[in-house]
Amino acid sequence: MIKSLDDLMQIKKQYSNLLALREHRSASGPRMNILVCGGTGCVSSDSDRVIKNLELILKARGFADDVKVIQTGCFGFCEQGPIVKIEPDNVFYVRVSPKDAKDIVDEHVAKGNKIERLLFEDPHKKERIYKQEDMDFYKKQVRVALRNCGVIDPENIYEALAAGAYEALGKVLTTMSRDEVIDIVKKSGLRGRGGGGFPTGLKWEITKKQEDEEKFIICNADEGDPGAFMDRSILEGNPHNVLEAMAIGGYAIGANKGIVYIRVEYPLAVSRLNTAIKQARDFGLLGKNIFGTDFSFDVTIKYGAGAFVCGEETSLINSCEGKRGEPNYKPPYPAEEGYWGHPTCVNNVETFANIPVIITKGPEWFASMGTEKSKGTKVFALAGKINNVGLVEVPMGITLREIIFDIGGGIPGGKGFKAVQTGGPSGGVLTQKELDTPIDYDSLLSVGSMMGSGGMIVMDEDDNMVNIAKFYLEFTMDEACGRCAAGRIGTKRMFEILEKITQGRATMADLDGLKQLAYLVKDSSLCGLCQTAPNPVISTMKHFWGEYLEFIKDIDHPQGEGKYIPKNKIGIKA
Amino acid sequence: MKSSKIEFPKELYDELGAFIDSLETTSGALIEILHRAQEIFGYLSRDVQLYIARKLGIPGAEVYGVVSFYSTFTTKPSGKHTISVCMGTACFVRGADKILEKFKERLGIESNETTEDGLFTIKDVRCIGACGLAPVVTVDGKVYGRVKEEDVDNIINEYRGKEANNIDKVLR
Repeated sequence: MIKSLDDLMQIKKQYSNLLALREHRSASGPRMNILVCGGTGCVSSDSDRVIKNLELILKARGFADDVKVIQTGCFGFCEQGPIVKIEPDNVFYVRVSPKDAKDIVDEHVAKGNKIERLLFEDPHKKERIYKQEDMDFYKKQVRVALRNCGVIDPENIYEALAAGAYEALGKVLTTMSRDEVIDIVKKSGLRGRGGGGFPTGLKWEITKKQEDEEKFIICNADEGDPGAFMDRSILEGNPHNVLEAMAIGGYAIGANKGIVYIRVEYPLAVSRLNTAIKQARDFGLLGKNIFGTDFSFDVTIKYGAGAFVCGEETSLINSCEGKRGEPNYKPPYPAEEGYWGHPTCVNNVETFANIPVIITKGPEWFASMGTEKSKGTKVFALAGKINNVGLVEVPMGITLREIIFDIGGGIPGGKGFKAVQTGGPSGGVLTQKELDTPIDYDSLLSVGSMMGSGGMIVMDEDDNMVNIAKFYLEFTMDEACGRCAAGRIGTKRMFEILEKITQGRATMADLDGLKQLAYLVKDSSLCGLCQTAPNPVISTMKHFWGEYLEFIKDIDHPQGEGKYIPKNKIGIKA
Repeated sequence: MKSSKIEFPKELYDELGAFIDSLETTSGALIEILHRAQEIFGYLSRDVQLYIARKLGIPGAEVYGVVSFYSTFTTKPSGKHTISVCMGTACFVRGADKILEKFKERLGIESNETTEDGLFTIKDVRCIGACGLAPVVTVDGKVYGRVKEEDVDNIINEYRGKEANNIDKVLR
């Protein structure tokens, strides 16, 4: 049991050896750590069996005490998974299959030889690179929210404590007033990472001001944007970080109960979170009188059941109460009337993940990164037609070009870059023209997209943008909850027109109708889901009007045919 | 599919009842209870929904309202193997829609339907988050990454093969 900040620091010191090899310090104990990525992406490509084989062979060769195999969270380089990193040698192996375990033990562990074929090959220079920090994918990244993901074993609280977990909470509870905490968060300039970008400190302040015996703090882990997996990776890789932040937030706003609302589609994140909650309770880091103060705080988990709209905070709260996840009219905002009518603060996973480090390193440190109005870093899930699919964390203000061509390694197969969709089904496309726009909340809005939660889907010259818009509309139509007519009927009619267009049956009048309807749905829907649902259509119409025209039958096409058959027929049913 | 009514054994209802009784409070716990019920019964039949409604003292319509709202809950039994094609955006731009079409064509069913022999159910699922492996298909939780159209038959045959082996063993 940890009853004071001193207790915590003692445990940290006692177990600091666990991380010695990874921090390149000399220490007693094993001489080598083999880190194997245990994120969902790498587990999907058999990293579990890599671990099993490594352990079996190490045992057979008599290295069991000497070399420790550790399952970590996500390294981010999903395209090259499963990832294995050997410390203290600082060698990064990619696409390791269970069969490779033998060579890793017999060559690397036994003889110290690097295994050439498992090293990452730089696609431009055609050289093998063994250090993580020398890879273009990692060079421009700054890991703040993702810190310790891919470094520590997320299921071992001693490793988390050795890495400094719960120090910020201890500092907050024993030395700071609630207003001081809120002040620090405000000064840091942190804005909500779920997409809206509302200042976190302000949200906390508003909830704190409400007078009620009972308040709640909720972690929104209902990451529904298809192709985005930032929150999942944080929860899988460093769950204690989020729990610590929730407790800090609970203290600041005056809540003793926290809820994590998580998608049931994330089994690994759920299981690691459950483990972390249990461990934190056992150590007295959740529960009654934390750090010997009179502050008590505990966290429970509520499971989603597959509804995109539940990422919207009022829907989420309804779902937490066991009801249909339909949104409420705002105001009152959850900060005033939320879970069971009590003031409730809802923050996103990534937002929380930034909090402890803001406390320990100071708001000035955090605010030194980023742009004028968007501070810190942002995690993006880079996917689609891009060489380096993966999870990247970059300072706000970086350009799209740097993300796609430097970190992402460009477009596969020598194809041309066409567009990137940010903000998922709520966002819009950015094109060639925006490649050099610094990315932050406001610049993305000004070019007709949005930050969103951080999904970034890259499209190449072969992708037809009308089909992409239709794909997103089908998604939002499906996920629209049906509460308001604009959302329920509007998205359906928009989808029908898009289908008519892609089947070559539409006229110019349909295009006009679609445009009008898009703005109508945007202006008159009840909640964020359908207010933003038309964005992919509006944005593709703005940037790729020509592609819409190519489908239209009542205008003259250069081909001289009545109906133009587009080159790319993705999604078109005969 | 035949619409013959399947009666579940009493033990299963007892298991669900015991779970509900073990909860500190049932207020706000409906979704949690439905998750557990689906684990126990495999799907949420009308009878199961009514059992929950009576046990909680709420209208059956309220239970059905929640069941029909969330895509995780199903009111129909699934086939022995569930083929889930990821239709997240990353998989879509790498051709997941063609993979899904191929599965539908080969098995002669639509999404959320089950083959007549009760062997396969097809589902199109939202992102499972293995975008580096796109397009992704999972069968009963086993992940197949970077799937091509020509892999579809192999995947289906792999599971048909398993069934055939089982039948052989029984006959022998």
